[in-house]
Amino acid sequence: MSAAQWGRDLSMGVRFAFAGGREGWIRALLTAVGVGLGVALLLLTTALPGALAERDRREEARSDHTFSQQEIPKAANTLVILDTDTTFRDQDVRGRMLEAEGPRAPLPPGVAKFPAAGEMVVSPALKELLASDSGKLLRERLPYRITGTIGEQGLVGSRELAFFAGGEGLAKQLEGPASGARINSFGNDDLGSSDPWDPVLLLLVLVVFVVLLMPVAVFIAAAVRFGGERRDRRLAALRLVGSDSAMTRRIAAGEALAGSVLGLVLGTVFFLLGRQLAASFEVFHVSVFPSYLNPSPLLAALVAVAVPTAAVLVTLLALRGVVIEPLGVVRTAKPARRRLWWRLLLPLGGLAMLVPMVGQGSDEGTFNQYLVVGGVMLLLVGVTALLPWIVERVVARLGSGGIAWQLAVRRLQLTSGAAARMVNGIAVAVAGAIALQMLFAGVEGNYTAASQYDVSRAQMSVDVPESTDIASTARAYRDTEGVRKVTVLSDVHLGDRRVEADSYVQLTVGDCAALREVATLHSCRDGDVFAVRGSEYESESDHLTEPGTTLWTDGDRLVSWSVPKDIRQAQPREDPTGYERGGILLTPGALPEKLAAATSASLFLSVDRSVPDAYEYVRNTAARLNPTAQPMTWNSTESNERYATIRTGLSVGAACVLALIGASLLVSQLEQLRERRKLLSSLVAFGTRRRTLSLSVLWQTAIPIGLGLLLAATVGVALGAVLLRMTNTAIRVDWPSVLSMTGIGAGVVLVVTLLSLPPLLKMMRPDGLRTE
Amino acid sequence: MTIPAGSLLTAQDLRKAYGPTTALDGAEFSIHPGEVVAVMGPSGSGKSTLLHCLAGIVMPDSGSITYNGREVTAMSDAERSALRRSEFGFVFQFGQLVPELTCVENVALPLRLSGSSRKEAERTALAWMERLEVDELRKKRPGEVSGGQGQRVAVARALVTNPRVVFADEPTGALDSFNGERVMELLTDAARSANTAVVLVTHEARVAAYSDREIVVRDGRSRDMERVV
Amino acid sequence: MSIGHTLLGLLESGPRHGYDLKRAFDEKFGHDRPLHYGQVYSTMSRLLKHGLVEVDGIEAGGGPERKRYAITEAGITDVGRWLATPEKPEPYLQSTLYTKVVLALLTHRDAGDILDTQRSEHLRSMRILTDRKRKGDLADQLICDHALFHLEADLRWLELTAARLDKLREAVTR
Repeated sequence: MSAAQWGRDLSMGVRFAFAGGREGWIRALLTAVGVGLGVALLLLTTALPGALAERDRREEARSDHTFSQQEIPKAANTLVILDTDTTFRDQDVRGRMLEAEGPRAPLPPGVAKFPAAGEMVVSPALKELLASDSGKLLRERLPYRITGTIGEQGLVGSRELAFFAGGEGLAKQLEGPASGARINSFGNDDLGSSDPWDPVLLLLVLVVFVVLLMPVAVFIAAAVRFGGERRDRRLAALRLVGSDSAMTRRIAAGEALAGSVLGLVLGTVFFLLGRQLAASFEVFHVSVFPSYLNPSPLLAALVAVAVPTAAVLVTLLALRGVVIEPLGVVRTAKPARRRLWWRLLLPLGGLAMLVPMVGQGSDEGTFNQYLVVGGVMLLLVGVTALLPWIVERVVARLGSGGIAWQLAVRRLQLTSGAAARMVNGIAVAVAGAIALQMLFAGVEGNYTAASQYDVSRAQMSVDVPESTDIASTARAYRDTEGVRKVTVLSDVHLGDRRVEADSYVQLTVGDCAALREVATLHSCRDGDVFAVRGSEYESESDHLTEPGTTLWTDGDRLVSWSVPKDIRQAQPREDPTGYERGGILLTPGALPEKLAAATSASLFLSVDRSVPDAYEYVRNTAARLNPTAQPMTWNSTESNERYATIRTGLSVGAACVLALIGASLLVSQLEQLRERRKLLSSLVAFGTRRRTLSLSVLWQTAIPIGLGLLLAATVGVALGAVLLRMTNTAIRVDWPSVLSMTGIGAGVVLVVTLLSLPPLLKMMRPDGLRTE
Repeated sequence: MTIPAGSLLTAQDLRKAYGPTTALDGAEFSIHPGEVVAVMGPSGSGKSTLLHCLAGIVMPDSGSITYNGREVTAMSDAERSALRRSEFGFVFQFGQLVPELTCVENVALPLRLSGSSRKEAERTALAWMERLEVDELRKKRPGEVSGGQGQRVAVARALVTNPRVVFADEPTGALDSFNGERVMELLTDAARSANTAVVLVTHEARVAAYSDREIVVRDGRSRDMERVV
Repeated sequence: MSIGHTLLGLLESGPRHGYDLKRAFDEKFGHDRPLHYGQVYSTMSRLLKHGLVEVDGIEAGGGPERKRYAITEAGITDVGRWLATPEKPEPYLQSTLYTKVVLALLTHRDAGDILDTQRSEHLRSMRILTDRKRKGDLADQLICDHALFHLEADLRWLELTAARLDKLREAVTR
C-alpha cells in the first residue's frame, strides 16, 4: 500500500467530511464542537499548573515584609509600608499604606506613582466595588481619594480587591502593634516557601486531574461518532462505485481526522474565548488574568497529536463491528453477546494497583504517582466497560408498560450500546466526583482544624494599641451599629526581677463582667484582686501570685507592683478565644495608675448577627480609630488554604465537565431525533400524542442514566473507600455527597431532555412528511 | 363546485403555500364512504399537500374541509389528532414503521394509542396481518422484512382501527410492480369489504386503476375527471 | 398473430381433429375472439398444400370436421423457425392522438382537454382490465397485464405531452 494511496483516501475522507451540503456541514460542525469543547477543557487543564505558578510568582514579586526580617535604617531608597488588610463581607481586601522616605524608594509592582497622603491607588475590581451601591460601607472605611489603578503586574487576579494608600509619619507606627516594615525592595526570595507537598494533598491533586480528564476523554470518543449511521450509508455508496473495504476505512479515518482537526481549531478558539471570559469570573475568591492561562507548549502539542489520533482510532474501532457492503451496511448480524469477564478485569485491575498502597498516606509515606493515576483510570474506565453490559442485560429484561415505555424499551433493546455510550461520560464523571467527595470529606478532619473560638460568646476581637484611651475606644465600639456587648480586657506581663527576669506572670485588668469571661469568680467588686492557679498553660508561674511578692514591668519605664494581701482565689475558665489564662486578675479599682499605662487592651465584641452588615460597621469603626487595626472575625472552623484550593479546583472542573457532557448529550440527542424525523412525523400523522413521544424520549435517556448513576455510585464509593484507606482515614460514606452528585447527574439528563423537547416538538410538525 | 350528496369527506377552495411556493391554489375534493379515489398529477403538483390537508395533518391557509359534517379546519390540534387516531388510517411510501418494534407491535400501535390493552391490541393486529398474508412476520422487526412485506404490514396498521378513511401517499412508490399491485389489491379489497374510503395519492396509472375514480391535481388545482367526461 | 403457426404448434403434441384444434385454440388464446370453423379449415388446407401437415385419417361419417391432422417434419421446423424469429416491435409512429393534439393546437382548441379526456378514457379501460384481472386466473392476469402496460405507456405519453403542450404549440404554430 503506497503512501500516496493513503494520502488520497484520507484527503477524500476530509472532503467528504465537509461536502454533502448542509447536512454534511452540520454534522462536521457538531463533531468539531464536541471535540472542540473537549480540547478547550484539556488546554485549560494543561494551563492550570502554569496559571497557579504565575499567581504564586506575582504574589512573591509584590511581597513586602516578613516577621523575621532585619530592620534597616531610613535611607534614600527606603519605604515604610503598613498592612491595612481588611475584609468586606466575605471578600478579602489587600491593603497597604505607603510612605516613601527618599527619592529612590521602590514602587510596588503595578503602581506608577506613590499616592500622596490621603490618596490611594486601587485595583480595577475594588474601584468598581467602591463605585457601586453595595460598596458604600467600604467607601466609608477607605476615605482616600482614588488617584489611579494598580496594573496587572501588581495583582494576582483580575477580580482581586487591593489598594495602596499614601500615609504620613508611618515610621512611628512601626513601634506599635501594627504590622509593617521599612523596606528597600519588593519581592522576597525567602518567601518562596515551598513546603514539599503533603502526600495526601498530592494524592488529591492527582485524583482530581484524572477524575476531570477521564470524562473528557470519554466525551471526545463519543463526539467523533456523531452522525455515524449516515456516514456508514455514504461509505456503502462508495463501495458501490468500487472502493474496497480497506479504502472505505481509510476514507472514514480521513473524515474523523477532518472533524477532529477542525475540533482542535475550535477548541483553541473556545479556549481563547474562555480565557478572556475568565477575567470577569471569580470562583471561590480565585480569579485569574487571561495572560496566566498559557498551556505549557509540550502538553499543548501532546493534545494536538493525541486528539486526532484518538479520533481516528475510535472510528476504526467503531467500524470493526460493521461490514460495509456496496448495497448497504450490515451490522454483524447478532452482535456478540457482551462478555462480563474482561469488563470486570478493568476495575479489579485498578483496585489491585491501589490496594498495595493502603496506609501509606500517614507519617511521611509517599504514593507511587503512576500507580495512583493508573489505578484510578482503570477503575473509571471500568465504568465505561461495565455499563454497556449492564444496560444490555437490564434492558433485555424490562417488561411491558405504557406505549411510551414500550417505544423507549424496544429502542434501547436494539441499540443498548449507543445508549450506554451516551451516558458513559456522565457515569464516569459522577463516579469520580463521588470518590473525590468521599476522600475530601474523610480528610477534611485532618486539614480543617476545628478552631477553639467560642463563637457563642464573642464573634470579633480588636487589639487596642498601648497609649490609647481605652474607655473612649470601648465607647466608640459600643455605639457602633450591631454591637451587643463589648468586653474590655487589658493585660501586662510582670517579671519576678527588675532585670533579666526568670519568669513572668500575666496581669489581666477588667471590670467584673469582663473578668468573669476569663475566670470563674464567686463574688466580685471593684477593687478586688484574684489569683488564678492551675491553668492549663501558666501553672509554672503560680508561685508569683503569692501575697506580698513584688513584680516588675519590662521595658524602659520600670514599674513595680506588690501582690496584695487580700488576693482571692479564682478558678480558670477559657476565654472566648479558647485560651485558659492564669496569673493575676485586677478590677480597675485595684490598678495603680502607673501600671495602667503599661497595659495594652483587647476588646471582645459580641455582635448581633441579625443586623445586616454588623461586621462591616465594626470594621469601619476600627478603621476610623486606626487604619492599621485589623479586627479578627472568628469562625468555628479554619481550613488549610491549599486544601481549599484543591476543593475549589474540583468544583470548577466538575461544573465544566458536567456542562460539557450535558452539551454532548444534547447534541447526540438532537442528531438521533433528526435521523428519525420522518418516522416521528408519520407517528404524529396517525394520531400519536406529542406527550407520548416526549415521554418516550425521556424514558430512553432516563433508563440508561439511572443504571449509569447506580453503577457510578457503586464504583465511586468503592474508589473513595480505597483512597480513604490509602490515607489511613476511617471509611465513612458521605451519603449527602453521593446523593447530590447523582442528583446533579440526573439533573443534567433532565435539563437535556427539556432542552431537546422544543426541537422534538418542531420535528413532529407535519412538514417532516413532505418528501424532500 | 357543489358538494355531491352523501359525501364523507369534502374540501372546497383549499389554498396552501409553503413560503413562496404555492402548493394548493383552490383545490376541491370529495369522497363517499367506501369509495376509492385516486389523486393523480405530476410531481410537485400539490397531491401530497392535498392529502395532508384532508387528513388534518396540515392546516390549509384558507378553504374548508368537512368530515362527516364537522369542519376540520375549526378543530384544535388535539381534536384533529384524536380524529386521525380513531377515524383515519395512513400508509406512506416508506419510513413509517418504527424500526425498534416488531411487526405485530407496529400494527398494534394505533390501537394502543387509542387506549386498548397490549394483549387485545396485538390479537386484533394479528388478525389483520393474517388477512394481509404477513402474519408469519409478527416477531420480525421492519429491518428484517422485504419492502413489499413492510408495506403490507403498514396497510394492516392503517386498517387495524377500522377507520372510515385510509390515506395512502404513494403506497407502492418504493415497490416493484408485482409487489405494488399485490399491496393495492389487498388494500382495496380490505377497504371495500369494510366500507372504508381510500384517498390514494399516486402518479402511477396502474396503481390508480385500482380506484373507482380519479382526480387530477395540476398546479395546485384539482380536476374531477368524472364530472368532466 | 399467426393462426397458422399457432395451430401447427398445437399439433406438435399429437394429431388432432379440426374440431379439437379449434377448442384448444379458443381455450388458450381466444379469450376475446373465438375462431370460426371456416378459419380453421382454410388455414389447414393452406398448411396441407405447403406440406407442413398431413391428413392422419378420416373418421366415418365424412364431413371436414372429421379429418384428423398430423404435423410433418417440415411443419416442426417451421414452428421452430417462427418461435425463434423475434416479432417486430410496433413503432406507433402514426398516432391518431398526436394528430388530434396538433390539429387542436392549430385550430386554437383546448388541446389539454383532449388529453385529459383521453386519459380519463384510458383509465376507464384500465379499471375494467384491472377488475377482470382481479377476478380471473393467471392467464387472465397475464393477458390483462399486457394490455394494461400498453395503456399505461399511452398514459405516460399523455402526461408527457400535457407537460409539453406549450412548447408543442410554439413549434406547430410557428
